[in-house]
Amino acid sequence: MRHIISILLENEAGALSRVAGLFSARGYNIEAMTVAPTHDASISRMTVATSGSEEIMEQVLKQLNKLVEVIRVHDLSEGPHIERELMLIKVHAVGPDREEVKRLSDIFRGRIIDVTDRSYTIELTGPGDKLDAFIHALDPGMVIEVVRSGASAISRGAKAI
Amino acid sequence: MTSPTTTHERLSPKTESETLTGAEIVVRALRDEGVEFVFGYPGGAVLYIYDALDKQEAVQHVLVRHEQAAVHAADAYSRVTGKVGVALVTSGPGATNAVTGIATAYMDSVPLVVISGQVPVALIGNDAFQEVDTVGITRPCTKHNFLVKDIKDLASTLKTAFYLAATGRPGPVLVDIPKDVTGHQCAYHYPDKISLRSYKPTIKGHPGQVRKAMQMIASAQRPMFYTGGGIVLGNASEELRKLVRSLNVPITHTLMGLGAYPASDPQFVGMLGMHGTYEANMAVQHCDVLVALGARFDDRVTGNLAKFAPHAKIVHVDVDPSSISKNVRVDVPIVGDLQQVLTEMNQVLGELDALNDPHAMQAWWAQIAEWRKRDCLHYQQDDQIIKPQFVVQKLFELTGGDAIVTSDVGQHQMWAAQFYGFDKPRRWVNSGGLGTMGFGLPAAMGAQVAEPDATVVCITGDGSIQMNIQELSTCQQYKLPLKVACLNNHYLGMVRQWQEFFYEDRYAMSYVDALPNFVKLAEAYGHIGLRADTPADVEPVIREALRLKDRMVFMDFRVDAKENVYPMVPVGAGLSDMILV
Repeated sequence: MRHIISILLENEAGALSRVAGLFSARGYNIEAMTVAPTHDASISRMTVATSGSEEIMEQVLKQLNKLVEVIRVHDLSEGPHIERELMLIKVHAVGPDREEVKRLSDIFRGRIIDVTDRSYTIELTGPGDKLDAFIHALDPGMVIEVVRSGASAISRGAKAI
Repeated sequence: MTSPTTTHERLSPKTESETLTGAEIVVRALRDEGVEFVFGYPGGAVLYIYDALDKQEAVQHVLVRHEQAAVHAADAYSRVTGKVGVALVTSGPGATNAVTGIATAYMDSVPLVVISGQVPVALIGNDAFQEVDTVGITRPCTKHNFLVKDIKDLASTLKTAFYLAATGRPGPVLVDIPKDVTGHQCAYHYPDKISLRSYKPTIKGHPGQVRKAMQMIASAQRPMFYTGGGIVLGNASEELRKLVRSLNVPITHTLMGLGAYPASDPQFVGMLGMHGTYEANMAVQHCDVLVALGARFDDRVTGNLAKFAPHAKIVHVDVDPSSISKNVRVDVPIVGDLQQVLTEMNQVLGELDALNDPHAMQAWWAQIAEWRKRDCLHYQQDDQIIKPQFVVQKLFELTGGDAIVTSDVGQHQMWAAQFYGFDKPRRWVNSGGLGTMGFGLPAAMGAQVAEPDATVVCITGDGSIQMNIQELSTCQQYKLPLKVACLNNHYLGMVRQWQEFFYEDRYAMSYVDALPNFVKLAEAYGHIGLRADTPADVEPVIREALRLKDRMVFMDFRVDAKENVYPMVPVGAGLSDMILV
């Protein structure tokens, strides 16, 4: 099963590499990983999208907690949460496709942020599966380049993790 | 030289701290931590630190002949004393040589602080001479590590390193210090206490869980205790003894746990696992409640996990939550310091209404007595060829069972574990987790430095001893009177045994031809060499070695080349499927 794990960690050199190294050394999956400082500049927040059995997830959480620089670990998938990802996608847009791509972008609430006579660059946010759906809706030959941020996620309600 | 200390001094104007160089701060911090010995090897990046070491006497330095040995010696020093061991190495190859030692300590949860030199800050990342990404390389085999780029952080980082190494689940912590940082100056202030928001080990066991565990144990028909290195590391032997005696339960140890409970006590059924005793393994397989204390269900202990302790409810106490339910599902998990939790368990024991059903316990002990009759460690010593087990048994007898025994890795290690009965903790020093050949001799040095008057014996083999044989030179320099007992069978014996059992007798590369004359080699290093060729030689050789109290003695025992370690649980088999003699 897919899990979204939020990690608060000291904003120190090497901390990111400790987390990434832990996943590779112990053979855990990483589907995506994002990290940036929070409103407290001494703390970074990392979001890891991963998957595994219940036993593996228990170990993932315990091993993350064991890292000295990790302040808190929370599996957001255990409760209601909101997940968003940013995608920048560059697509061929010539002839009749040009109008079609624009329409599709509108349907998905994308924004065209760069235009050439042969291409559009579209900005799209949403849960990962929405971004997947947009890519699938396009003819595979049309896609020039895809950049995805990986999932960012936050729990619903008034409390912090 | 411009001093980067001004800001710091302005921030703390009231403290009348001395201004020291980074190197002096390192040495002073060691002194303030109560460190008596540092094991190390100098090199360009640590020359300031060596210069500072040379100017004082509180912290003594032991010069080894290879950085791996420095870390092993510091490791054994820690295992014997319970203090944090300290090693000091230079940058680049000094650090990479230390990695095996660090990984060894990491796997066995030994508290170490390893200080490594680094190229000057401005050169980091430039592929400078003797530069290597030491924190990168050691990240997966340390509990934590630091690169100190600013001298203002040096003292507090060292304090944090000692704190992390010794608390929670102990482990090695590395502090990488660029050369220029050791040359700069700064006001010295060593913090009394360190508190980290991200690191708060759980010490006290959850009272409800402790009660639940004790009720489960006291209502068992066939309870069994299985304890590991955590008891030794957590100094919990006394509390363990009290609990096990009050309950009258059988107890087994892992390789790392030997000595935690007296081997001579009838409640001890020997080591468990791949080369455990028949009675220990059978008891684990047949118990209805298994109490795991400071052990981690390692694959060498459990055999085939699907077949492990099939009838047992499991209580697991460990200071490291990630050890719990990692390999085996646990019914009552308790996170906490072993000494603390065992004290709590002993308290709850006194409050329980009833202990285990005496009839059930009688039947359980009768069953164990039956298994014991199998005499699984039996061997036959004739008057022709020395049996390796016989050597260990004689060592045990002639040292009164009171030596500090270090070992390398292989058959001799298992025979040492099986035939040297340890009655006290911190007397058995071996590389259990990583299985590092070459550990034994430097470990014996660290043990002898820690306890100069103790009899220290390194039980080794002809393969392992050659992996750090250069340390005979260190033994000579510091007049360390340790005894090496080499069970010389001309083979990498454990490899040979596996090849015999599982590779149809194809002994690929396990025969060691062209062994040195160990007696002459020992003599060349200024020691005494003794050789035993027949069983009749064994006792006189050991007696002579022990008589030479102030000399390092190398005993070369020419033992049966084809002897195997029994019992053996083949990989993939359940614990009760043992190959027996």
